[in-house]
Amino acid sequence: MAQLENLYREVIMEHYKHPRNKGLTGSLDSVKSRIKNPSCGDDITVESIVENGIVTSVRHDGHGCSICCASASIMSEIMEAKPVEWARSFANNYLHMVSNQPYDESIDFGEAAAFSGIRMFPARIKCASIAWQAFLETIK
Amino acid sequence: MNGSWRKDFPQLHEGYTYLDTAAMSLKPEAVINAVDDYYRRLSVNVHRGFYESSIEATRLYEESREKVAEFIGATPEEIVFTRGTTASLNLVASAYGNMVLGKQDEIITTELEHNSSFLPWQVIAKKTGARIRFVPLDDTGRITIDSFRSVLSNRTRIVAITYVSNVMGYKTPIEEIIRLAHGKGATVVLDAAQAIQHLRIDVRKLDVDFLAFSGHKMLAPTGIGCLFGKKALLDQMEPIEFGGDMNEDVDKDVSTWKESPGKFEAGTMPVAQAIGLKAAIEYLLRKGIGNIEKHTFRIYRKAYEALRMIEGITIYNHDADTGIIAFNIDNVPAHDAISFFAENGIAIRAGQHCAQLITRWLGIDSCLRASFYLYNDEQDVDRFIESATSAVDFFRKLGF
Repeated sequence: MAQLENLYREVIMEHYKHPRNKGLTGSLDSVKSRIKNPSCGDDITVESIVENGIVTSVRHDGHGCSICCASASIMSEIMEAKPVEWARSFANNYLHMVSNQPYDESIDFGEAAAFSGIRMFPARIKCASIAWQAFLETIK
Repeated sequence: MNGSWRKDFPQLHEGYTYLDTAAMSLKPEAVINAVDDYYRRLSVNVHRGFYESSIEATRLYEESREKVAEFIGATPEEIVFTRGTTASLNLVASAYGNMVLGKQDEIITTELEHNSSFLPWQVIAKKTGARIRFVPLDDTGRITIDSFRSVLSNRTRIVAITYVSNVMGYKTPIEEIIRLAHGKGATVVLDAAQAIQHLRIDVRKLDVDFLAFSGHKMLAPTGIGCLFGKKALLDQMEPIEFGGDMNEDVDKDVSTWKESPGKFEAGTMPVAQAIGLKAAIEYLLRKGIGNIEKHTFRIYRKAYEALRMIEGITIYNHDADTGIIAFNIDNVPAHDAISFFAENGIAIRAGQHCAQLITRWLGIDSCLRASFYLYNDEQDVDRFIESATSAVDFFRKLGF
C-alpha cells in the first residue's frame, strides 16, 4: 500500500477538496474543451482565455476521481498568466511525465510534480491527463 | 464448496481474487486445450477445403453449433455464430428491426440495458421513425410486469430487453413479458449475456424470438458469440455483411445467399473460438449449471452480507438474483477506490459498466462492481471484505 499512499500526496488531496478556478464563466472570449472518459465517468471541461499570446484565465468544471479533479485544479493555477508557447510545452512535458515517456527533466513541475507517481498506476494515467489534454485543445 | 473447480482455472493463483466475471469469465484448462488442439493439429478454414484437416475443422465447428443448440433447446439452423452479444444484437436491429419498424411503431426497452441492447435500437429508431419507450423501473430498479404493461400497446413492435442486468444482477420476469408481448404481436429480443452462465435457458419454453449471448462470459474464448433466432424470422432477414462463404451464387447482376444461418456468417469465422465454446458448454454441463449457480449464489450472499455491515459503504442492489454487487465507498469516486482493491490483488470493475442509463437512474457518476462465479470461494470473500474494510479506513484517513 506504500505506493498508493505515495500517490495520494497531500497537495493532491488539498486541491481535490478545495479546487481552484472551478466553474465556467461562459465568457465569449473563452475557448472550451470537454473530455469524457466513458469507461469511468470522468468528465472535465476546461475553459481558457488567451489574450495577446498570454493565457489570462483557465477554469474547469465537471466531475471525476480525485486525481482527475486535482490535476485540473493544479493545471489551472500553473497556466494562468503564462505565454501560450510555454503553456503548450509545459503541458506536453507533463503528459509525457505521467505516461512514462521521455520528457524534459530540467522542468520544474511545481505542484504538478505530485503526479509523477501516476506512472506506477497505468490504469490511472488517463485520470491525470484529461484536464491537461482538454487545456491543450483550448489553446490550439 | 467445490475446491476442485478452482484448480481448473490456470489464471488463478495465490493472492489473486478475481471478481469481474460479469465483464469476462476466466477459462478452464479444457477450453484452452480445445483451442490449442485446433491450432496445433488443424489451423485451417471451414466450409472451403476438401482435404482431411478442413473436413475435420468443419466438423468441429458445426458440432459446436449443434452443442449450442442443444444447450438452449434450439435447432442448429437457428444458431448464428457472431463476434459476441454486441454483434448479435446489432444484427437483429439492423436486419430485422430495419425491416419491420415504421413511424407508427414502438420499441420497448429499459434503463437496465447494457449499451449494446440499447444503442442499436436507438439508431434504428432514428432511422425508421419508430419511438422508444422505457419500462419505468420500480424503487429498487427492477422491471415489473405491471410497469411493462404500462408501456405495452398495440404499437409495440419490438421488445429489446435484458434477461439479467449487468449492473444490478436482477433477473427480468421474462416469461410473462414474452407472453404479453406476443399477445400484442411484438417480437422479443433478449440480451442473455449475463444470464447464460447462471440460468438454464430453454428458448422453446420461453418462446423467445431472438436471444443473444457471448462466449467470453461463459468460460469460452473471446470473439465468439451467438444469436438464436426462430427459423422463420432468420429466414426473413437479409444479411448485413456480404462476402465469402455466405453466398450461394455470385453473378455480375444478381447474387444469392445461403440459407440461414450460413448467410449471416460472412468471411472467415472465429473457428478456434467456436470450438472453444463447445468445450466451455461441455464443462458447464459436466459441473451442472444448477450446482454452479447454487455455489455462486452462496458465495455472493456471504460477500453481500459482510459488505453491508461495513460502515461507509453503500450497496445499490440489495436483492440481486445473480452474483453481482454494485456499490461505492461513500465520498470516494469509484476510480480512486478501485486502485486500492487492485493494489490488494482484487480484480473488480469500476465505472459505468457500459450501462450509463442505469448509473444515471441511480444518480451516480460511477460505481464499483464485484461479480462472482464458480471459481470464487470463501477465501476470495474474506480477502474482498478485508480490502473493503481497510479501503474505507485508508480513504477516510486521507480526508475523503
